[in-house]
Amino acid sequence: MDWARHLLIVPILLPLVTGAFLLLVDELRHTTKAMISLASTLLLLASDIALMRIADGVPPGAGAMSSAYAIADWPAPFAIVLVLDRLSALMLVLTSVLGLASLVFSMARWQRAGPHFHTLFQFLLMGLGGAFLTGDLFNLFVFFEVTLAASYALLLHGSGAFRVRSGLHYIAINLASSLLFLIGVSLIYGVAGTLNMADLALRLPGVPAENRMLLEAGAAILGVAFLVKAGMWPLCFWLPSAYLAAAAPVAAIFVLLTKVGFYVLLRLTLLIFGSEAGQLTGFGGIVLLWGGIATLIFATSGVLASQAMGRLAGYSVLTSSGTLLAAVGIGDATVVSGALFYLVSSSLSTAAFFMLIELVERAREPGADLLAVTMEAYGDEADPDKDAEEEVGVVMPGALAVLGVCFGCVALLLAGLPPLSGFVAKFAMLTGMLNLQGLGNPVEIPARIWLLVALVILSGLAALVAMMRTGIRIFWAPLEEIVPRVLVIEVAPIVTLLALCLFLTVGGGAMIRYTDAAARSLHEPASYIQGVLEPGASGAAVR
Amino acid sequence: MELTLALAIGVLTGSGVWLILRPRTYQLVIGLALLSYAVNLFIFSMGRLRVGAAPVLGADGAGNPADYADPVPQALVLTAIVIGFATTALLLVVLLAARGLTGSDHVDGRESH
Repeated sequence: MDWARHLLIVPILLPLVTGAFLLLVDELRHTTKAMISLASTLLLLASDIALMRIADGVPPGAGAMSSAYAIADWPAPFAIVLVLDRLSALMLVLTSVLGLASLVFSMARWQRAGPHFHTLFQFLLMGLGGAFLTGDLFNLFVFFEVTLAASYALLLHGSGAFRVRSGLHYIAINLASSLLFLIGVSLIYGVAGTLNMADLALRLPGVPAENRMLLEAGAAILGVAFLVKAGMWPLCFWLPSAYLAAAAPVAAIFVLLTKVGFYVLLRLTLLIFGSEAGQLTGFGGIVLLWGGIATLIFATSGVLASQAMGRLAGYSVLTSSGTLLAAVGIGDATVVSGALFYLVSSSLSTAAFFMLIELVERAREPGADLLAVTMEAYGDEADPDKDAEEEVGVVMPGALAVLGVCFGCVALLLAGLPPLSGFVAKFAMLTGMLNLQGLGNPVEIPARIWLLVALVILSGLAALVAMMRTGIRIFWAPLEEIVPRVLVIEVAPIVTLLALCLFLTVGGGAMIRYTDAAARSLHEPASYIQGVLEPGASGAAVR
Repeated sequence: MELTLALAIGVLTGSGVWLILRPRTYQLVIGLALLSYAVNLFIFSMGRLRVGAAPVLGADGAGNPADYADPVPQALVLTAIVIGFATTALLLVVLLAARGLTGSDHVDGRESH
């Protein structure tokens, strides 16, 4: 299976080559560009699914659980490695699914709104793929920057004063946090003398006591850089405006950018500060837990207060970030497994929501959003009986009906109500939180966990209230406005993403088995370390 | 030498932080540039300060590793400089676009009164 080893580099090379090649194609040949980009993303999806099957083929609990790919065949601690395990495979598949959906959506209109859309899009996919695969801290920085550079340009795609203004804030904040990233990485290198994550996990317990403070400072600064990306309160004020300003397909793929921050935090916390880190075990966990709780409170208030739908979706992204960060803070394997399920479900539903907003808003007059909440507060004075009779028997147009059903599904997903996967995800997480020692093994639950449980449920309620309010204003309004012109190619990605959520519910057992195995292997860093530093060896754990 | 370098990093960081908190986009760019110089020096110093030690092995092969400077931070600095250069160029473009579209060089696109 020699080819299977080289498959590991495909998620980086394929988008890079496609993106570079697309630069050469004339900007006027939209169809050619779109077809090349689409074909490449389809190939990417196929190879990501193949990688997921490889990652899932390793039996949990036996020997090396990750497969490592040494670039240029230099041995591990001296050069950059790519590491595949269940977590990174899951993130890769999620990336290519969301990438494909937003690419198809963009082919209707958005790809023509500015130059080099497809090139930038492919580079974004490349950066995301690299960030999920790399096993080296500095290489992670490079892929972060590739992702961010592409995202700066994509955020500005379509231009306009509002986009440029929010883009300026977004770029400035991310440049500053990249500098924090560099400071953190170099502090860690200065103390530990390595940047390879597996090697770092081995060396940290042996760091002399007088250097521990420097190391902790480095890790904390590095953490702040990721928390800016993941949008933890109070580092998240840039997020809703940036997502509101982005074009719909761009906002849909941006949903993943916050998840990169979460992914790295999860990976590093459990690998470096996991069970074998001696006195450093659980470093930062309590900060993540309280930070997640604060983010949830902020996002829930934001969801309730939002007037524009784009802002509502932005705060929904924050809700999911807060929940995920708190779950990492608890660090328990069952909770992490539920959180991974939640990550997939919430990414799919918020991405679908961002695309849906664009279609729904075509039907609305500008400024309607601003009025919606104010009208509710001061009473709707437009006399209700005026033209009630004329409305009897008006047929709802097909496009609006489809959009309405999709909107309802998104509301169910965001609120976490059955029968869709949002419910299963929240149920899995709450089960873990309330049974910290496993089922049938009751222990006293600390107050902060009760607070988190209450907030997770309340945030769902808030999402339901906000979505119902918006839905009533849009879909149950008298039909005097223009019916939106919607293309099949625009509805298809949304329906597909929502169908995937339904599939997640039906196939929930298989999915939970996968995330359970992923969470368990994350909690056994020894096998990851062995997989990277001693490829080919199997059996007893290293050290 | 340690003192000089520490002072240089401190002064650059202090000026950079002050500048990125100012309201003009030009001040923002210069502030970020100063900060990235400070960070580059900081990364360099994490390889320990050495005078007269080469980071590259001589032609006669490996000798005592203690005779050489740590090459990794120098490679990191090089990468960080390139990336910082590219992103600063991008920020300059956005800055010009914002100036053209909003008619103001305030970071919020309008003057605060």
